[in-house]
Amino acid sequence: MIIKGKVHKFGDDVNTDEIIPARYLNTSDPKELAAHVMEDADPAFPALVRPGDIIVAGKNFGCGSSREHAPIAIKAAGVACVVAESFARIFYRNAFNIGLTIMECAVAAEAENGHLLRVDAATGKIANLDLGREYAAKPIPAFMQELIAAGGLMEYVRKGLMK
Amino acid sequence: MPRPMTLGEKILARAAGVKSVSPGDIVLATLDLCLGNDITAPLAIQAFYQSGGTKVFHRRKVVLVPDHFTPNKDIQSAEQAKILREFAREQKLVYYWDQGEVGVEHALLPEQGVVVPGDLMIGADSHTCTYGALGAFSTGVGSTDLGAAMLTGKAWFKVPPTIKLIFKGRLPADVTGKDLILTAIGRLGVEGANYRALEITGPVIDRLSMEGRLTMSNMAIEAGAKTGIIPPDDITRAYVEKRAQRKPRYYQSDPDAEYERVEVFDVTGMEPVVALPHLPSNVVPVSRARNVVIDQAVIGSCTNGRIEDLRQAAKLLKGKRVSPRVRTIIMPATPLIYRQALKEGLLDIFMAAGCIISPPTCGPCLGGHMGILAKGEKAVATTNRNFVGRMGHTGSEVYLASPAVAAASAIKGRLALPKEVRGSNWKVGVKK
Repeated sequence: MIIKGKVHKFGDDVNTDEIIPARYLNTSDPKELAAHVMEDADPAFPALVRPGDIIVAGKNFGCGSSREHAPIAIKAAGVACVVAESFARIFYRNAFNIGLTIMECAVAAEAENGHLLRVDAATGKIANLDLGREYAAKPIPAFMQELIAAGGLMEYVRKGLMK
Repeated sequence: MPRPMTLGEKILARAAGVKSVSPGDIVLATLDLCLGNDITAPLAIQAFYQSGGTKVFHRRKVVLVPDHFTPNKDIQSAEQAKILREFAREQKLVYYWDQGEVGVEHALLPEQGVVVPGDLMIGADSHTCTYGALGAFSTGVGSTDLGAAMLTGKAWFKVPPTIKLIFKGRLPADVTGKDLILTAIGRLGVEGANYRALEITGPVIDRLSMEGRLTMSNMAIEAGAKTGIIPPDDITRAYVEKRAQRKPRYYQSDPDAEYERVEVFDVTGMEPVVALPHLPSNVVPVSRARNVVIDQAVIGSCTNGRIEDLRQAAKLLKGKRVSPRVRTIIMPATPLIYRQALKEGLLDIFMAAGCIISPPTCGPCLGGHMGILAKGEKAVATTNRNFVGRMGHTGSEVYLASPAVAAASAIKGRLALPKEVRGSNWKVGVKK
């Protein structure tokens, strides 16, 4: 899958309280969650984000709570991919489980707001079309690739692979 | 000879049915427990049904705790809580508690002996790492992992490298488990232990109460850690053996177990600390933040809502009044703690001091309800996170500290050290 989208840039330690504040967690409806995505990091973001856009961030993206509402909100807002220098452990796991494409790549995080990125989800190749630079994301562990190939964790379970 | 292992690795190896594991291995392991709450379980239950689930793998091993937005704060949260209640009834879950019996999950489960040493456990709540204090391997996951676990009784784990923390020296009187773990987070950073386990050890920990240990393991996630394990000892046994619902398994790390690195903390001469906004790693001595004027003090949560925490706060608040500008909210974390505080007269001390007593709930800790901050307001809290907007408006601020510091600050109306309010000549207007 090739993703080509406009960058929305965030910093280090973007936490789940910023991605989807707990005051909105009285629902798990993806649409309602998407309406408030990243609101406490950038109040303008829910109105600005367009389907196919890419979030680029620094270290430790998604730290804090285990709420799966965070990757769900990002995915439901139409964000095609999150590229970060690194991800917090639970967010990383949740993103795979719900089918949000994420890429760990320290150098690609030099992208600025509005840059156009091309991400090849299969090979982990990332290109910044504005800077004319190419990067390689950290490879996805083999086991995670099996999960993705099965269609996510619940499909993996349903197909009787979890044994 | 199997490879020497840490106690966390031993638990993972046992649950995966293999002789040994090494950091980086991915194992599929059998769970002793899985946990969800009123925010995370509805999505897990949805995933469970969507993948054709009809019956949970074991009705004593799926635990549901409606504690975040309860007592139900609005119609939508009432609907969420109802999903848990109906699922618990349908599946005849043994460990489900409703209003009157429910407490904050990570205080309730150890108290009720539901989680025991040696367990392998996942919970759809990041503070599931709390049970490391009992010598269990427990970690936070999302709702989908919980949904899969409810169906299969299994979860996959990447075996983490371990960072060993050693606390040594003489623990000063007003320095608590909260100050120790905040200090560690300050040194490690909020990402310092990402994808790693912490093993919390040393002569200071050997003498620390179970409450203090639970506080420390609870905040392992604030350094990004997968879990924060404390080797079980006589203090663990004394706590566990009167309440365990299953047979505990006491594991110890091998003397030659492998650690990614060792961090030593000398606590001699240490002062109580506070984490300034907006990261739990912004840790400074309270003495350097005494000019921070506060509007609210929150004493409670899965981090510091246990009986010892309430005793520490009550000791300072006895016979005093909190500052008229500080809304002071006391949240006993479980009904048992609440009743114990009632019996010991602590609740009377709090009310005489002008505090509010909240029912057991996560409430304001995550900006849920029962103590939300307005723009520009500052709170000192014994909770675990101080991210932007955590307790309310994005323009509000949270300062994380121990119950003693929170109580002293409530009295002074600004961040304060316990010794500032102890034995002062401050006249009191209440009899106690």
